[in-house]
Amino acid sequence: MRVTFTVNGRRQEADDVWEGESLLYVLRERMGLPGSKNACEQGECGSCTVRLDGVPVCSCLVAAGQVEGREVVTVEGLAGDNGELSTVQQAFVDAGAVQCGFCTPGLLVAADELLERCPQPSDADIREALSGNLCRCTGYEKILDAVRLAAARTEQAV
Amino acid sequence: MAGTRITRTPTSLTQGSGGATRGGVGESTPRPDGVLKVTGEFAYSSDLWHEDMLWGYTLRSTVAHARIRSIDTSQALATSGVHAVLTYDDLPTEVTHYGLEIRDTPVLAHGKVRHHGEPVALVAADHPETARRAAAKIVVDYEELPVITDEASATAPGAPLVHEDRDDHHSGHVPHPNIVHRQPIVRGDAAAAAARADVVVRGSYVFGMQDQAFLGPESGLAVPAEDGGVDLYVATQWLHSDLRQIAPVLGLPESKVRMTLSGVGGAFGGREDLSMQIHGCLLALRTGKPVKIVYNRFESFFGHVHRHPAKLWYEHGATRDGRLTHVRCRIVLDGGAYASSSPAVVGNAASLSVGPYAVDDVDIEALALYTNNPPCGAMRGFGAVQACFAYEAQMDKVAAELGMDPVEFRRLNAMEQGTVMPTGQVVDSPAPVAELLRRVKAMPMPPERQWETTEGADVRALPGGLSNTTHGEGVVRGVGYAVGIKNVGFSEGFDDYSTARVRLEVVGGEPVATVHTAMAEVGQGGVTVHAQIVRSELGVTQVTIQPADTQVGSAGSTSASRQTYMTGGAVKNTCEAVREKVLEIGRRRFGAYHPAWATAELLLEDGKVVTDGGEALAGIAEVLGDEAVDLELEFRHRPTQAFDLRTGQGNGHVQYSFAAHRAVVEVDTELGLVKVVELACAQDVGKALNPLSVAGQIQGGTTQGLGVAVMEEIVVDPVTAKVRNPSFTDYLIPTILDTPTIPVDVLELADANAPYGLRGVGEAPTLSSTPAVLAAIRAATGLELNRTPVRPEHLTGTD
Repeated sequence: MRVTFTVNGRRQEADDVWEGESLLYVLRERMGLPGSKNACEQGECGSCTVRLDGVPVCSCLVAAGQVEGREVVTVEGLAGDNGELSTVQQAFVDAGAVQCGFCTPGLLVAADELLERCPQPSDADIREALSGNLCRCTGYEKILDAVRLAAARTEQAV
Repeated sequence: MAGTRITRTPTSLTQGSGGATRGGVGESTPRPDGVLKVTGEFAYSSDLWHEDMLWGYTLRSTVAHARIRSIDTSQALATSGVHAVLTYDDLPTEVTHYGLEIRDTPVLAHGKVRHHGEPVALVAADHPETARRAAAKIVVDYEELPVITDEASATAPGAPLVHEDRDDHHSGHVPHPNIVHRQPIVRGDAAAAAARADVVVRGSYVFGMQDQAFLGPESGLAVPAEDGGVDLYVATQWLHSDLRQIAPVLGLPESKVRMTLSGVGGAFGGREDLSMQIHGCLLALRTGKPVKIVYNRFESFFGHVHRHPAKLWYEHGATRDGRLTHVRCRIVLDGGAYASSSPAVVGNAASLSVGPYAVDDVDIEALALYTNNPPCGAMRGFGAVQACFAYEAQMDKVAAELGMDPVEFRRLNAMEQGTVMPTGQVVDSPAPVAELLRRVKAMPMPPERQWETTEGADVRALPGGLSNTTHGEGVVRGVGYAVGIKNVGFSEGFDDYSTARVRLEVVGGEPVATVHTAMAEVGQGGVTVHAQIVRSELGVTQVTIQPADTQVGSAGSTSASRQTYMTGGAVKNTCEAVREKVLEIGRRRFGAYHPAWATAELLLEDGKVVTDGGEALAGIAEVLGDEAVDLELEFRHRPTQAFDLRTGQGNGHVQYSFAAHRAVVEVDTELGLVKVVELACAQDVGKALNPLSVAGQIQGGTTQGLGVAVMEEIVVDPVTAKVRNPSFTDYLIPTILDTPTIPVDVLELADANAPYGLRGVGEAPTLSSTPAVLAAIRAATGLELNRTPVRPEHLTGTD
């Protein structure tokens, strides 16, 4: 089947999509957008988190056909058009929140959504919002630091 | 293949520091791969892509132990889109087995399967789902055999042998062929010392099977080459070790198997053994097309070895005034069906079994079994973790028996520089065990009843969290301490070396350094540290880290906390040689113009040659001109010795590292739910080359120890030896809600033998975090708790 949807603001078409393919597979293998990661493909780890019409979802659990005509934002869509990192991306780099980095794209998408919804989150808010994203390297401390840093920088910028 | 192109492969990492004085050793400089990783552009091994690639898939055994009567691949082969189906009979040469230390692992099952999930057949197809469906059509006729699952069934009279025809270098000294390796350590006279003890405390402990659970699945891309060889892009911990195992099985010389490291999504020991490497190459060579294999999470649980589960028996004695008299212990590790690194794990468990304490009289035995359970091998902490869990529980028990404060009792017996290990090795660098305990105890405590708010309880901070299982009633708090010792680097006489190539040249008028090593960057930050070392040693801002591959000499494994020490050491040494060369060129070209070229101590700083008095003699770019300095050197740590097979004596280890933890937990005693409130750590790192990365390693290692304390375990059915929970639904790793604040106090006592005085960081924090959490739960509940992980039924008495 053919699936047509918007990815990171650009209209995309995928042909010959097998009906069992996930949105994650289509993004990674058909559209050349491997930023969303394939860590568990069971909806447990959050590494493949994208925003579907603004809502964070595990793209491994979304059938490709479900996104027909809808809008998807992946980690590749967070940076500015000129390649400038978004506040939350820069904060992850600066705070040391990236180690192996496999969980990072999913965490960034989830954190981006959190900060949009709740610009000054408490630690409990951050933990709750990111509880669907597993990280095996960092112990999460630096991830908390990164989200706090992004929130502080956003507040300063306003 | 000629004419085709790989569109997604690893790239070089170039990073300028924005000024020569920044980004050197000792600074928290950011990762050179950080921007690629936050934008999604970093090419992990599962992201590789080739325009006409096929997908490989592995059919795995559904039973743990069986004779294979037949394998029928005809239906799979007839499936549209399938390009190849391979079994043992299709292997190209007579070398059909591989292994890290003992070549006992078949590439594909031969005649028998020895564990649940063992690879039986391979399929290559044009879509991953086609490959999976075709594999499901392969008919394997198994004749099931009785399973060996523990020491009793492995060593019972007449027990079947897991490997019938063992002929490895350990088979001559083990007491039973189902024992991979056994290491006793006898020092002093434990029996006589026991007679002097005022108190003797015994305990038995069980350590569950932990999984590395790295997030990036086993994956890679094998591309057949025109010369009959193969190019393999893969996530691994040690390219050259893989190569040594892969090439013979393919029937190729090592020069025809070219390996390049692809982005690695974590490792923790789980990528020391081969997974898809040989399988991908076999399919690529058979089909003549590039083949990509990516394990799903279910397969990943079968595709790598796990941490050895262990049973441990300990006896500690002490005098009334709190001095340890002796330690006796027996550690039985379950190595599963294949040896992997079990022999080395045994050596570690034995030699570190007493912990960071000074005890003269010991009687120790550690061994690893062959069973039909999943194969076990390397995981962060490597044999020291299991022992630490047990000896730290014992230390608390002895202290309680003596009526002493458990931290004070530990400090009384803490080893220090000059202490003799059970192996007879003298600890000849700082061993600040008492100081680490003092520091971790001195850290401010988290406030009591943090979950209380003016509106009531914030259930998110309570055991059970948003499940609303409690609002604070029945919640009790406990505090526990633990400390551990881990060896750094490969031990027991292993020729452990690293190679680095450094090139310095002028590009666009600026001196630019390029570093080429085969070091696996698995997330630990080695690439960051290499760039820092180059900046410090060569005084340049621009450093490019080339992709790691087998075109340069071995860097050894990214494990045993050794890479900053070893490959970092190699980069440092090579830089020093490059610097000498630069100065030589400078003397040749400019020596006549300034006497300091001949008389002063010269350094490279800020892109210039400067005297130790700070006078600039020339720019590096001027000195080099069109000339490039390009050197490749090896680095070795001081030699070690094998442990004596009877007494365990020998200078087996290179360096030791130490960490201490304090855990604060709250337990809902009604439902048996645990909330770890805080897990503080104090660690000596010798010298923090990158403080931010050091903290990240300590916090990450601490969290893996927390996981095994309260949730992580691969559950193997004791009757069938089948894995019950191979998924992230059922194998639980800590989420951000399960993980507390982890304050870190870093101590830097230089080791005079190590580059920059550094001490390997990665593993030590994984040791003591588990027993600290257990101690805290015991303190909260008063329960004995002698196994990991602690489950609700253990806390509520419903086990």
